[in-house]
Amino acid sequence: MNHLFEFLLRQGDNALVLGHRTSEWCGVAPALEEDIALANTALDLIGQTQLWLGYAAEVEGQGRSANDLAYLRDVYDFRNVLMLEVPNADFGRTLMRQFLFDAFQVPWLTALCGSSDTHVADIATKSVKEATYHLDRSADTVIALGDGTEESNARMQAALDHLWPYAGELFGEDETDQAMQKKGIAPLPASMRNDWDRTVHGTLSEAALRAPDSAFAHSGGRSGFRHTEHLGHMLATMQTLQRSYPGAAW
Amino acid sequence: MTASPHISEAQVWNWLEDVPDPEIPVISVVDLGVVRAVSVSGDAVEVTITPTYSGCPAMAVIAMDIETALAKHGVPSVQLKTQIAPAWTTDWLSDKGRARLESYGIAPPQAAGGPARCPQCKSTAVERVSQFGSTPCKAQWRCTDCLEPFDYFKCI
Repeated sequence: MNHLFEFLLRQGDNALVLGHRTSEWCGVAPALEEDIALANTALDLIGQTQLWLGYAAEVEGQGRSANDLAYLRDVYDFRNVLMLEVPNADFGRTLMRQFLFDAFQVPWLTALCGSSDTHVADIATKSVKEATYHLDRSADTVIALGDGTEESNARMQAALDHLWPYAGELFGEDETDQAMQKKGIAPLPASMRNDWDRTVHGTLSEAALRAPDSAFAHSGGRSGFRHTEHLGHMLATMQTLQRSYPGAAW
Repeated sequence: MTASPHISEAQVWNWLEDVPDPEIPVISVVDLGVVRAVSVSGDAVEVTITPTYSGCPAMAVIAMDIETALAKHGVPSVQLKTQIAPAWTTDWLSDKGRARLESYGIAPPQAAGGPARCPQCKSTAVERVSQFGSTPCKAQWRCTDCLEPFDYFKCI
């Protein structure tokens, strides 16, 4: 197994799948400012996807492009964590997911800036600037809605309860992670846990929300072993053009 | 359209000064800091550009505009290279670019993380509406004195 390729797919697919889910809000967000914010966040994530999958394609060396990887792979070839592929549901759950991901992504990309692989370090250095203001916004929104009205608090608590069992997959570890650590390309994701806990619990307490008391974590996304039934539906929409008209370009 | 036998790098930089940013046409791609290098070898010109934000959709247009502008000046062969490191920063905006942004109504980026003043009435009483704006590089702010909303060029 080409561990670097696997690692890059995980980075790229996380950005791609969350980017696509986020783009589903375009034109239907609850306020104009939020619509613009969601569309811009999606754009940043798709931009980061191009960098990660572009490098993945190069590392694979099979003549595939970033576009081929995004549009012509099927469900079990995707390596994103499950949390990012589940449907958006309401605005609160969308922003709670963004927050739980951003709280991981900021320390993670910061660590990758020091990767022994300069290409990985370059992509991380570019992406962490964007992840930082994504986290500013998602944390602010979690606080505003959590510590808002009775209705918004209840919805944010429900969102957190729903997403919590998915968050643990961010810290998964397998032989790809160990290979990356050995080569100094990336630290083990589990080493982000303290930073993540601090950000998440600090924000949740300001937001008047309670983290569920459970360490159970779904898994299967980052290895591709078991995705949820939702990813296939998402890909059907996302990939329809390239599947129907292979090679179509703007 | 006559190919100049001796194109100099300074000449190419000058030509690029006239290529406007497609989203903010009052500043050039050079003022914006996306042109990182120019190298000339005989008749062939290589221009290195870097994206502002990784998903900035203007990059494709910028690349096309640079090729078109250089072709107009008779450069027979233009090679465009994209690099992401070092990552673009608002520090690379030229002073001329910053001044033009403000007179166009866009507050230039400040290290403090927010605009120094309203680009319309120059009041310092400003507040943020949203971290995101009409393009990835901008945020929405408003002036609480003249009540005008305005774009702020985000600092990254």
